[in-house]
Amino acid sequence: MQKNSNLENVLRGVAITAIILFFMFPILWIFLMSFQTNETILRVPPSPFFEPTLTNYRSLISGKLEGSTATLEIAFMSNLYNSLFLSVTSVTVGLILGVPAAYAFARLKFRGSEDIAFTLLSFRFAPPLLVLLPLTIYFQQIGLADTYGGLIWVYQLIVLPLILWIVRGYFEDIPADIEYAYRIAGHSFWATFRKIALPLAGPGIAAAGLLAFIFAWNNFIFALVLASADKQPVTVGALAFITASGINYGQIAAGIMLSIAPTFALALYAQRYLVEGLSLGAVKG
Amino acid sequence: MSDVMLDLNSVDKFYGSKGQGVHAVCNISMKVMRGEIIALLGSSGCGKTSMLRMVAGFEAVSRGKISIGDREIHALRPVERNVAMAFEGYSLYPTVTVRDNIAFALKSSKFSATDVAVKVDEIAAMLEISTILDKYPSSISGGQQQRASLARALIRDADLYLLDEPMGQLEPQLRTLLRGRIKAYIKERGLTAILVTHDQTEANALADRIAVMEDGELQQFASPEDIKKSPANIFTGTFVGEPPMNVFPARASISEETVCLRLNENIDLSYPADAFSAELRASLAEMGDIVLGVRPYAVQRRDTGSLATVVVNQWLGDQSHIATNFAGGSLVLVEHDRTQLSEDEQIAIYLEPSDIHIFNSKTGMAISHGARLIG
Repeated sequence: MQKNSNLENVLRGVAITAIILFFMFPILWIFLMSFQTNETILRVPPSPFFEPTLTNYRSLISGKLEGSTATLEIAFMSNLYNSLFLSVTSVTVGLILGVPAAYAFARLKFRGSEDIAFTLLSFRFAPPLLVLLPLTIYFQQIGLADTYGGLIWVYQLIVLPLILWIVRGYFEDIPADIEYAYRIAGHSFWATFRKIALPLAGPGIAAAGLLAFIFAWNNFIFALVLASADKQPVTVGALAFITASGINYGQIAAGIMLSIAPTFALALYAQRYLVEGLSLGAVKG
Repeated sequence: MSDVMLDLNSVDKFYGSKGQGVHAVCNISMKVMRGEIIALLGSSGCGKTSMLRMVAGFEAVSRGKISIGDREIHALRPVERNVAMAFEGYSLYPTVTVRDNIAFALKSSKFSATDVAVKVDEIAAMLEISTILDKYPSSISGGQQQRASLARALIRDADLYLLDEPMGQLEPQLRTLLRGRIKAYIKERGLTAILVTHDQTEANALADRIAVMEDGELQQFASPEDIKKSPANIFTGTFVGEPPMNVFPARASISEETVCLRLNENIDLSYPADAFSAELRASLAEMGDIVLGVRPYAVQRRDTGSLATVVVNQWLGDQSHIATNFAGGSLVLVEHDRTQLSEDEQIAIYLEPSDIHIFNSKTGMAISHGARLIG
């Protein structure tokens, strides 16, 4: 038996190492690439040893992409700013709309409440490409195409269902009697929501907000079609690295590192909330 | 100001859609007087908590009216009803200490901080929770949480106090002590309280009147003594009292000299006619089939009488509960001595006419208590 469990341990160790390598190696390789020039990246055979350089980062931050033949102006930093602005605003709007809605779905059982909640969730089922064409036409007609407002609106398709369903589970976990006790002691429905329900669902709201932020940050297709260059987030802006005169892998790698840094830091910092929030909220539903 | 504090007028509560939903409270009307303590007594799911929550305003009334004093309240929000409530699940605010939980109830009123502190200390002393005031709800026991929840309700200045199973989690000794203190607290201040419980002892000890409920219907609303002595129907008779009342189907035959209650082909209970009132005899003669009830404490053992076979004889430390086979059913009797009876032993049973309750076999309603017709 002892032998068996030793073997088990070894196998488990091998499996975990393989999984970590599989998932982390690309990130590690991109990280190394971001400190190299195209020459060292493309040499055969590849080697992890090289003389590091900061030129990739420097040219991204200055906005001047140096190709083999010419210098290209790119708006990488403004893309990064767009990503930040779009994600933060979308999540804020999503929380303002989604948290009270989640509370209503959790507490007030009204006719059709389940149908409405499910319809909102079903927005996540539809492939974005399916709605993009009609959406583009509508947006052009009502003047929302290529505006931050329009993008934030479309981003609600991503963040709102997520926030709604995670936070709803959290509200359902709070015993209703705690709120009743507060209300019967002379406080209004609104005061009870603010003073009792919101603080108790705090971790769930934080988790939902974080996850929604990551999803919004990673979105590509909506912004690609609905926004022009000066409104595009970093996910779309990265396309500019592929130019007619060649592909500068080092700069792409640096761009990737810069664009995943915020969500990566956020995920590391809030890992506990994320796990807790997702397992408590969404699973229960 | 009227003397009626709470008036429930034909109140109904349905859950779910019509036709397939649950009719949790059926057409209940009752008046609670100012300064009275009422117990809603019944088994789980009998509608007693639904009633309480309708009064508090957490459940909408499906039909009927509820008034507190002169105000109709069934359409008001909970905050406007001026009732205090202790919840069965305690429902303390987890983020603040026990002291703040109790004081919270007073924060929205006119009291100064020192007044609030004095009141909190006073009520905490009464409920034996002074030592845990600065702890958080998650770090105290269920019984302590329950008392904190009770304190939070009682400290308030309300027209009506609703207590949902307020002592279910307490150990028996503490329960007895607190029952006395809480009753004194409510009575000294002339408060009106409604208590929901499934514990008969609690209802008997605290309440001036008990409302016995079953299947959403009010079975009887009377003082604890009246409910014991004169149960309104078979349900109340068998639900209230420990051990429950013995009931047997019987057939009454009346002659000039005797009243004979036939339980089965072997057992006839014969009494001289004058042991039963003339009105009752007339009624029995007309009815024929009846249900006979007798409390276990009232069953007598004599040298001669109808025979019963002992099934179990249990000594509970202060009384013997003897279960027997009698007239094709089960008859339990209670004696205060340690009775020496073994299994399968035959004993002779005698039922005094004044201890017999008679019920209508079709409706289950009481016809007579102690050989006298009701009404």
